[in-house]
Amino acid sequence: MADAVATAGNAPLERSSSFHLLRRLRTLGLLIAVLVLWQVVSMYVLDKRTAVLLPSPTVVTQAFWELVVSGELFVHMRDSLKREFVAFLWALSAVPLGLAMGWSQTVHDQIDPLIEVLRPVPPLAWIPLSILWFGIGDIQNQFIIFLGMFFPILLNTISGVKNIEPNLVRAARCLGAGEGRVLRRVVLRAALPQIITGIRVGLGVGWMALVAAELVGANSGFGFLINDARTLLRTDIVIVGMITIGVIGLIIDRAIRYLGRRAMPWSRTFSA
Amino acid sequence: MAVLSSIGLSKRFAGHSANDPSVLALSSVNFTINHNEFCSVLGHSGCGKTTLLTMVAGFEQPTEGELLLDGKPIGKPGWERSMIFQDYALFHWLTVEENISFGLEMKNVPRDERKSVVKEYINLVGLSGFDRRYPHQLSGGMRQRVSIARALAVNPQILLMDEPFAALDAQNRSLMQKEMVRIWERARKTCLLVTHSIDEAITLSDRILVMTRRPGTIKADIKVELPRPRQEDDPGVILLRRQIKELIIDEFEVER
Repeated sequence: MADAVATAGNAPLERSSSFHLLRRLRTLGLLIAVLVLWQVVSMYVLDKRTAVLLPSPTVVTQAFWELVVSGELFVHMRDSLKREFVAFLWALSAVPLGLAMGWSQTVHDQIDPLIEVLRPVPPLAWIPLSILWFGIGDIQNQFIIFLGMFFPILLNTISGVKNIEPNLVRAARCLGAGEGRVLRRVVLRAALPQIITGIRVGLGVGWMALVAAELVGANSGFGFLINDARTLLRTDIVIVGMITIGVIGLIIDRAIRYLGRRAMPWSRTFSA
Repeated sequence: MAVLSSIGLSKRFAGHSANDPSVLALSSVNFTINHNEFCSVLGHSGCGKTTLLTMVAGFEQPTEGELLLDGKPIGKPGWERSMIFQDYALFHWLTVEENISFGLEMKNVPRDERKSVVKEYINLVGLSGFDRRYPHQLSGGMRQRVSIARALAVNPQILLMDEPFAALDAQNRSLMQKEMVRIWERARKTCLLVTHSIDEAITLSDRILVMTRRPGTIKADIKVELPRPRQEDDPGVILLRRQIKELIIDEFEVER
């Protein structure tokens, strides 16, 4: 690592792949240190009875491998991702609603009071009522996730539309675009970076809401997995579940950013 | 032959509250612009010249009077009155050729014809080779060239320009003014330019309408018959500049 620092000013070396690898490793330094510390604490500091509360990274890795081999992890992953995806399709209804609210003051004035009252209610507060409405299972979970996704997408779409430069709309009009074409070809396109940002945030909030909903209202999925493992005191599985949730959340976020960058080379919103 | 006529045109903007009086921006403005004439409206900021342009474009409705295009009252905005904006207003998610093609699509021009028209105008404004670039990859002057091509490609009856070169640095501004003369001589159009720059008006125009302070009216209607391209040290240009400057300074003193 000291070498990497010393050669940082050296132009030819900067471009070499080994330099990049070193830099990568350097940014992972703290993470590696935490893992080592964790291993040391669970092996040498905790005694036999308390060790179960914090299984070491090696034990967690073994549990991970067991869940992979048995295929159990993938079953939960499939169910969780399916719920996230179905809820996302429903939450996309926030895009046309947001366009209408951003574009027309009348629509905004009608719908905004309702939104303002519902928005501060955390999705998790809906869990008791939603279990009574939908019972335990997919629909209840999807409803909670939908609530988590809907508002970020809606609010970002509205502000994306409201922040469009007025001259873009004027330019389109005096090139002969009617109302429908102005909306589709100009307003939607100009607001797209912020809509995608809303989707990014929404997918993240939805993923958190998903795990919470599954903790109490599901028989599968990551939330169920970690809660079920808790009752069996399988802390290693709990930690495997938590880490997988985190990694998948990260992958979803990166994927949206990548797609945003590919689809909108003209936008700086998603550049690395 | 008059393309555009303004007859007793007035515009009053309502105040925001009972205590806030309404503002008379334009007061009985009369003028006509002839076919293929390049006409500038020159005045101080706040004299209502931009208001005049937005009414010709159809973004605002007159309070009194009439605006006629080829004898018919002006209604909603449309391609027959395309506009060049000071901030270019390019669609930043479209490439140069897609920007120029936009208006043609709105006119439902068939694809093949669109292609050839776009090519023609890219060449005219000197942007060959930049067809696939996005606006953020271009300099200010190049962006305004795209904007000019986009407005011309729809073949408007009148081309409207709202301080089109005001956002450029001094050197680019004078270059683009010369370019505008070249483009206009090749693609003759009826033009209405709004500007506060005397030199810009002299470089470009067949006619200059000098406006008064608010409420704006036409103070002088000056025909410019100097040969193009006009150099800033031509005796005729110097004389004209002095004449217009006096009109405008006069206006300043009336205000005091």
